[in-house]
Parts: sequence; structure tokens; C-alpha cells
Amino acid sequence: MAAVTLAAKRRRAALRTAAFLSPWLIGFAVFFAYPLLSTVYFSFMRYDGFVPPTWSGGKNWTYVFAHYPLFWPALRNTLWLVVVMVSLRVVFGLGIGLLITRIKTGAGVFRTLFYLPYLAPPVAATMAFAFLLNPGTGPVDSILEGLGLPAPGWFNDPDWSKPALTLLALWGIGDLMVIFMAALLDVPTEQYEAAELDGASALQRFRWVTLPNIAPIVMFAVVTGVIQTMQYYTQPLIAGKVASGVIQGAGTQFQPGYPDKSTLTLPQLVYNLGFQTFDYGSACVVALVLFVLSMAFTALLMRRRGGLIQAGD
Amino acid sequence: MTQVLERRPVRATPVSPAARTARRRALLEWIGVHSLGVAATLFFVLPFVFVFLTSLMSDAQALSRDLLPHPWEWGNYAKVFHTPGFLTWWRNTLLYAGLGTVLTVLSSLPVAYALAKFRFRGRNLSLMLVISMMMLPPQVIIIPMYLFWAKQLGLSGTLWPLIVPMAFGDAFSVFLLRQFLMTIPDEYVDAAKVDGCGDLRTLLRVVVPMARPGIAAVALFQFFYAWNDYFGPQIYASENPGAWTLSYGLESFKGAHHTDWNLTMTATVLVMAPVILVFFFAQKAFVEGVTLTGVKG
Repeated sequence: MAAVTLAAKRRRAALRTAAFLSPWLIGFAVFFAYPLLSTVYFSFMRYDGFVPPTWSGGKNWTYVFAHYPLFWPALRNTLWLVVVMVSLRVVFGLGIGLLITRIKTGAGVFRTLFYLPYLAPPVAATMAFAFLLNPGTGPVDSILEGLGLPAPGWFNDPDWSKPALTLLALWGIGDLMVIFMAALLDVPTEQYEAAELDGASALQRFRWVTLPNIAPIVMFAVVTGVIQTMQYYTQPLIAGKVASGVIQGAGTQFQPGYPDKSTLTLPQLVYNLGFQTFDYGSACVVALVLFVLSMAFTALLMRRRGGLIQAGD
Repeated sequence: MTQVLERRPVRATPVSPAARTARRRALLEWIGVHSLGVAATLFFVLPFVFVFLTSLMSDAQALSRDLLPHPWEWGNYAKVFHTPGFLTWWRNTLLYAGLGTVLTVLSSLPVAYALAKFRFRGRNLSLMLVISMMMLPPQVIIIPMYLFWAKQLGLSGTLWPLIVPMAFGDAFSVFLLRQFLMTIPDEYVDAAKVDGCGDLRTLLRVVVPMARPGIAAVALFQFFYAWNDYFGPQIYASENPGAWTLSYGLESFKGAHHTDWNLTMTATVLVMAPVILVFFFAQKAFVEGVTLTGVKG
């Protein structure tokens, strides 16, 4: 008798859990599991959206890795962005965080002003930077020339397009600033006092007190930065389009990654293969590369021991 | 380090030489820190200033070296509003962002509550799957999703493929709400149960009122996400200008106006302004959300 009620109780609890989770369970099946499996399936198929898909074995895979001229440039760009943009963002974010915790007068105003660019919609922010960095006529080059400095071609020069994107990414540092600010304020004051009594210089205190305390947050910023770089899409695409003067509806075909493939990223390849050349199979191959890379870094974030997001409370 | 220095009570009298050097050092530090602050402010604010000033120039002047508009062309703003389609983009963006936000909150809240407060087998696994979904680049699954919405349901050229999925628990919102609900002590939930509240009533009557800041943060993030989204409208709405959103339409602006930088910047200001206004009204909730999760690309 008791066993029956216990079983019934358990069943009710399971039902209740399922009911609360149901929106997400459906979402997980329809918008994650099914399309992911389907992406794997299509990566072995020849499919253009019109003729029914036919089995093509590993052809899409060899095409993407060996013959598709945009794949390796896009991967190289991603690596560049991971090494340069992510690390500069972390260093700059930490610097701005340190600065904001030291500002005593008008701290609230400074904080708001530093944070605002992060909120600028990516398309609008990129358009703004395309104008500001417009070679020759843009305000930045005008100022640089006024100071007698060389004026780079920014989004129109393959050597300067990624630095220009980095500048845009540093402008929107607000998210990291807030995270580092919270972390810095959490460092126990006693540790600073003790270090000071020991005669540690400001630099030594930063090295031996601040850094060890905020190390997990730095790691978090690096790993999420890498994941965000995998998804980097709107800014490089808009920058390339605006700089090349090719705008939607203008009729001319956009050269992906303008100038000279220098702003290509992996997500752009999925769009290019899938929605411009209608090679859905190869688009799915690139999508899976993107998937594996993103999930590898996500796993790093969730590692049980020393993981940055604790799954089990 | 320097907080320590300044937290010491500063005695005005008697002024020993040591205290004087300490005070001078504090003053120098104040000057140094605030000069850096002003320099950083220039970096963060000047782009906005340049864009705003250019939005008020004539098109010839926008290409000149002038920094100040002459004359001030306030009519640019009226011109942009009269661009064919601009008001439709506004309406579509509000629909996508508004409806999407409501659906996201309604569908994500029960999921987050279950993940935070129910004990069941597979809870950790569910949470890890939520995080994986959150980190998934949207391009990974776009081919099957596009085929599903466009070929099977015939909904390309509308915003429904972007709005409907939000009724099924957005991963980021679930995660953020779960993090927030974890900070609510279990005792409140248990007490409600003892008083005879069912799970749904406990959620609505006890948890929701306490979770208001978390819900506000999720709503804001979701609103901004939809407002800023470019990839979604590009895939599903591009073929039908009647379904374009502001973020998507803005790019076409430069083409429609033959690369007139002044009007393009006017439109840029009009796309940025609402987001910044919303932020000023809801700053606290927003910053809280960022610290709670630290992610959102």
C-alpha cells in the first residue's frame, strides 16, 4: 500500500517536472536536436533546395577542406581574431574595470558613458565606424592627417580591416567592464592591506593579490570571448559590404570577405554556401566545423573540476 | 590597493610631513585617474558625437573635413522618416522585439523554475544542454531550420520563423532566470507549499514577485536581441521588404540614398536612440543581468 502511494507520488512529481520543462523540451527537440541531426545528414548529401537530395558520400567534406577557396582564409581570420581581438578585449576590459573602480568623482557618469557603446546595435555601430574610419574623408583619418600621422585605409585595406574591427570591438567593451568591475570589488581588502604592510608596490599588489583573485573571471572572459568570435558575423559582414559599396538591392554581387577575404568568418561561409551558391551540403559541413569548435570551448566552460559555470549548484 | 590608502581617515591637523606626502600622493593619484577617465570618455563618446553631428549635415558637407554642421539640417530626420518602408521597419521591429520578449519570458520562466527548484534525475544534464544551446552559433542549424520554415511551412518572407521559436524557452533566458532563481532561498518555496500552494501558484504568487529584477533583465536582453538581430531577418525576411526590421533595413539605407553618409547617419541615430533610451530607464536591471551571467554576444 505504502509502496503504491510512493510510486504514485513519484509519478506525479515526474509529471510536474515534465510539465514545467515542456516548452524547453519541445524547443530542444524541434530547434536543436532535429536540425543538428539534419545538418549531419545534409553534410553527406548533394542538395540545392530544388532537386531532391542525393547521397554524395564525403564529397562535400573534401570540397570544403580541399577546394573551397574561402574556408582556410576564414579559419585563419578566426584565429587572428581569437589571438588579437579576444586578448586585447580582455586586457582593455580589465584596464577599464581597474580605472572605473578607482574613479572617485562622478563614477556613475563615467560608468554609464563607458557602457553605452556596448548597447549600440551591431549594424548601426558598424555603419558608424565605417563612416568614422572612411579612408580620406572620415573624421578619424582627417584627425590623423591633421596630426601628421599616416592615415590607414581601415575597412578598405586587407591589412587594416581586422584591426578596424578590433577597434569596434574595443569600443563595445561594456560587458567585460561590468564583469571585471564586479570581480575587482570582490577582492578582499585585507589582502591588499597585508600586502601593503609587507611593502609591496602597486605593481606587485596587482600581480600577487589582484590577478590571483580574478583569475577565474579572466578565464571566463577569454573562453566566452572565443565562443563569441566563432559566432562573429554581423560586424565583419556589414563592414565589408559598406566598404565595398555593395549594398543589398544594388544588383552587384558582394565579394565575401571584402577586402581580399580579410573579413571572412566561418558563419559567413554557411550563408555564402547555403544561400548564395545553394550548396546546402557543403554549408552543413562548415556548420559542423563551427559546431565542433564552439562546443569544444563550451565544454571548457563547463568542466566539472575548475569549471567556470558550475552545473551542479 | 589605493582604496586602502584613501579609506584611512584624513586628519587635517596637525599636518605631519608624512601625512602631507600621503595627501599629495592621493591628490596626484586623483588627477591621474580622472585624466585617464576623461581620455577613455573621449574614446567611448566621440563616435556618438561625430555620428550625431554628421546626421545633421548636408550630403556634401558629410564628405568634407568639417566637424560642425553648417547649416544644421534638422530636416534630415524628417527625410529619413519619409523614406519608403522606414515606418514599416519600425512596426516590424516592435512586433518582433515586443511579441518575442513576452513569449520568451512566459515560456522560459517555468523551465528556469524547474531547473532551479525541482529535484529530478537529469537536472544537471538538462542544464548542460541549456548552456550548449546558448553557446550554439545560430548558423550551425540554419540550413535545416530554413528548409523547415520556408519549404515545409511556406513562411519565408515573414518574421514568424523568428517569433514562434521564442514560445519554446530561449536558452539564454532560461539560464539567466535559473541563475537568478537560485538566489531565492528554498524556504520561501517550502513555506508556500506548507500553506497549500500548488507548484504553479507558488511560482506565480511567491517566486515571480521576488524574481522581478531577473525577469526585467531577461526581458531587456531579449528585447535588445531582437532589436539588434541581423542574421535572422536576413535569412527569413530579406525577400520581402514588407517584413524587414530596422537592423536589416538600415543597411539598405546607404544603397537607397546613393551613399549619402549624412542620411545614413541620421538613420543610424534613429536605430541607436531607442535602445539607449530604454537603457536609461532600466539601467539597474540591465547591469544586474550582465553580472549574473556575464554572457550575451
